[in-house]
Amino acid sequence: MSYLDQAHPELQRPVSNLLIMASVLGALLLNSLPWEGIWLSLRPDFVAVAMLYWCTHKPLRFGIGLAWAVGILADVSDASLFGQHALSYTVLAFGGVVLSRRIQMFDLREQTTQVFFILLLTYAMYALVHWQVSGQVAWTYLLGCLTSTLLWVPISVLFQSMRQMRVDRE
Amino acid sequence: MDSTQTFQVFNRGPSPGARLVFFAVLSLLLMFVDARFRYLESTRSALSVLVSPIQHLATLPGALWHQAGDFLVAQSRLLEANKVLHRQHERDSAQLVQSQSLLQENQQLRNLLAMQQRNQFSVQFAEIVYAEIDVFKRKVLINKGGSARIQAGQVVMDDKGIIGQVTRIYPWLSEVTLITEKNHAVPVQVLRSGLRSIAFGAGNTSQLSLRYMPISADIQKGDVLVTSGIDGLYPPGIPVAVVEKIERDPAYPFANIICSPLGGVDKHRHLLVLSALPALPERPQAPPVAATSGKAGGN
Repeated sequence: MSYLDQAHPELQRPVSNLLIMASVLGALLLNSLPWEGIWLSLRPDFVAVAMLYWCTHKPLRFGIGLAWAVGILADVSDASLFGQHALSYTVLAFGGVVLSRRIQMFDLREQTTQVFFILLLTYAMYALVHWQVSGQVAWTYLLGCLTSTLLWVPISVLFQSMRQMRVDRE
Repeated sequence: MDSTQTFQVFNRGPSPGARLVFFAVLSLLLMFVDARFRYLESTRSALSVLVSPIQHLATLPGALWHQAGDFLVAQSRLLEANKVLHRQHERDSAQLVQSQSLLQENQQLRNLLAMQQRNQFSVQFAEIVYAEIDVFKRKVLINKGGSARIQAGQVVMDDKGIIGQVTRIYPWLSEVTLITEKNHAVPVQVLRSGLRSIAFGAGNTSQLSLRYMPISADIQKGDVLVTSGIDGLYPPGIPVAVVEKIERDPAYPFANIICSPLGGVDKHRHLLVLSALPALPERPQAPPVAATSGKAGGN
């Protein structure tokens, strides 16, 4: 479990814009795989977790505006109401940017609890809009919040290691 | 300078709070415009050009899996399937000859009675790209879009019955709302008794409900519902659903009728898109300008 405690030193490692772009596009790809049935409700929101990582670790590079733009793309890709994902991702990025200092202080275990509440707010925002528009609440949708939170540790470790590779090469 | 004001060394633009408010309001505005006026369809289809490579890439593993499955199928199973299809083809072609002669006869009778001819419709084949795109919605995406001259409002069916209706067009994809989508309505007719009604989607995978049918309505379990065609959108006579359950509670004026769709709403990959929308009557002439301006002045 050594990687759980090494959150601090890597924070200063550089990261290329290409990696940020590629990770978010890759997440969009994973989101649009043809998930079905129960897997669809259990599907973590890869885009949200990837963006939350960059918002908390590079708040000056990846901010609310970019998250909003990605949200618009997500809206187009799954044919939801224009601005529905954009709104929830705006809230997500705001949470990430505002809490970035605090989250960077914690190790991965403590980060996960913080991240859970940001993701819960994001999911609740999306469900709230849906409820306002169509008048039904889809409780199974909120399951995705839990799986997304579980994804935080693997994604953090993955992105951290990708940043490290770049340092080793130089 | 005011001493209470915090001194900023680096100018980093507006604060996160300001950005949050700006983008949230922008999103809300977009949602309002999209839900109420549908002005943004062209923007959406322009942006979909950016997203569609990702979507195509995402469906690639599934498509490859299906192709591999098709390739590795056993010969005995192919022979068996071929035999079954041959038998079905013979049976169907006998029926087809009969129905063609009936069609001719019907046409002549309608000519004699000087009634409007039923429209012929041609079909386009399409394949489902995404079965479900969201937990909330009963919608699928098919692989024909604006480039194949699909239009919004066209009816989508499989070999058994109606699946849904094309609701949104992208350049290479189009979105089909299934008949089981909540509040999606199909005008239907009971095949046995000719009773007209409207079938609404119930919002879950495999149910439709007939609303506003009086308790005394002539409808039985097992009745087949076909499209009535009076909306001018669905061609008449296409099977929609079969009645599953009827609850007649004298406490309520209407019976609770549950049906299940005949088409494999969530089963098949290959679909038919009926290509010709029926010709609508001409738009009536605009009223004289003087009358409308007088009205506006009155208000």
